[in-house]
Amino acid sequence: MKTELDIPALVVFLFFFALVTVMGFVASHWRRPKTLASLDEWGLGGRQFGTWITWFLVGGDFYTAYTVIAVPALVYSVGAYGFFALPYTIIVYPFVFMVMPKLWQVAKDNGYVTAADVVHGRYGSRTLEAVVAITGVVATMPYIALQLIGMATAVKALGFEGELPLIAAFVVLALYTYSSGLRAPALIAFVKDIMIYIAVIAAISVIPGKLGGYANVFNAADEAFKAKGSGSILLQPSQYVAYATLALGSALAAFMYPHTLTGIFASKSATTIRKNAVLLPAYTLMLGLLALLGYMGHAAKLKLASNNDVVPALFQMLFPSWFAGFAFAAIAIGALVPAAVMSIGAANLFTRNFWKAYVNPQVDSAGEAAVAKIASLVVKVGALLVIIYLPTQFALDLQLLGGLWILQTLPALIFGLFTRWFTAAALLAGWAVGLFGGTYLAWTDGLKPLHMLSVGSFQAMVYVGLIALVVNIVVAVLVNLVVPKPVVTAKVVRT
Amino acid sequence: MGRHYLWLLLIPFVGLLWVPFYNFHDPVLFGFPFFYWYQLAWVPVTAFLTWLAYRTYANED
Repeated sequence: MKTELDIPALVVFLFFFALVTVMGFVASHWRRPKTLASLDEWGLGGRQFGTWITWFLVGGDFYTAYTVIAVPALVYSVGAYGFFALPYTIIVYPFVFMVMPKLWQVAKDNGYVTAADVVHGRYGSRTLEAVVAITGVVATMPYIALQLIGMATAVKALGFEGELPLIAAFVVLALYTYSSGLRAPALIAFVKDIMIYIAVIAAISVIPGKLGGYANVFNAADEAFKAKGSGSILLQPSQYVAYATLALGSALAAFMYPHTLTGIFASKSATTIRKNAVLLPAYTLMLGLLALLGYMGHAAKLKLASNNDVVPALFQMLFPSWFAGFAFAAIAIGALVPAAVMSIGAANLFTRNFWKAYVNPQVDSAGEAAVAKIASLVVKVGALLVIIYLPTQFALDLQLLGGLWILQTLPALIFGLFTRWFTAAALLAGWAVGLFGGTYLAWTDGLKPLHMLSVGSFQAMVYVGLIALVVNIVVAVLVNLVVPKPVVTAKVVRT
Repeated sequence: MGRHYLWLLLIPFVGLLWVPFYNFHDPVLFGFPFFYWYQLAWVPVTAFLTWLAYRTYANED
């Protein structure tokens, strides 16, 4: 890739970056309440986002900058296997449709802001609340760091070296998130998503034409994989189970994260969420086509230092400089929206389930907002330090484990919406065995997402997070059967 | 309308998670091998099935 500064690209990039910065600060006046000084307002935007705002916010928050960079990079490197992101981001929506309106209703009725609030309200267990909160924060940190990697890839493609632009962008992000809360990423998401759509639609309609059509793109990728001796445009039979379990496990984990749940809790109604389960797949269509940029990289015969450069390199090679700048701005802004929502989600957890639970139970709503604002700054600085001082691989490994960890909170958060059968002790036991057992498996496999499972003559590579979830549920059921239930339920909750 | 429409939401899980259904090159559509266009086609199909389920709920907005 080019490394010298590219002036037209830079001008376009800086224009859009300045635009969203202004929007980030102006957002505190958007649909302004009497005061922003409560967690419902700062951390959830007043629980008033309708269908379209939610569509842009959750779309901007779930399909992150890192996705835009990493999915085509994986497809470029291994072929069909990298395409599991597509079934994953399709089946996630029937799940959202069935589960999330119920969760929203419980949160709305009781003023809950976080997953751990819901768990505490349902089971009355401070311990279960704490492990859900800690799991959420720890799983989110590397996810924010990945957004920085996505942004760094776009900034590098503009010809910048070093960490200064990244630090500058993050300081600006931290400041407007501090002042505007969830309203900032919600407003910026409009710009970000429209820019990403324009960039992707241009890419998938223009690039294949320049490379001899889609048939040629697939043929070129096929030949490149055969020449390389690894990867393929179809799956090997040995990859079937891996592909399906990665898709299912990722889909179940996706809306357990604090940032995606924040988007759910901020919705106006259960209907808003159901409508979005119908409308959000539009982003999936975009992602599926975007993934094919990995194959276009082979058709364009790119020579890359890193697989992550495939998307920026294609834009630089096949588009005029100003449009490449537009696309890089879209990716960089695409990192800001999820990073902001992630830091808000983590800050909400810290405030509700640590500060209010243990430090100051009498804290009022203005005090909660003040604590959350500081916590959001700390979370972002932490992620920045991880990226600057630790190797990139560390953030990637942690992100892999983060997916496994967050998946282990599913029984505690979701089962209680449908049944009153489980006890806190059983769910806690399941969580512990799933999380620590799963981490041990992943660790002994050399931090790989897949584990070789042998049952009798059946052998397959299975997503380790899903194995851990199954064990988690089995342990919870067994403990529930063996240990007698406490006679008095802790707290009655309207559902 | 009955809630039995919700069973429709299981169909995408079957169609997408049983990989032997679609791990083929042919038939090719618009240059896309079957593996790719089959999965892409599930996006509008799933949205449609979800919309059918959506219609069974009262609109609260």
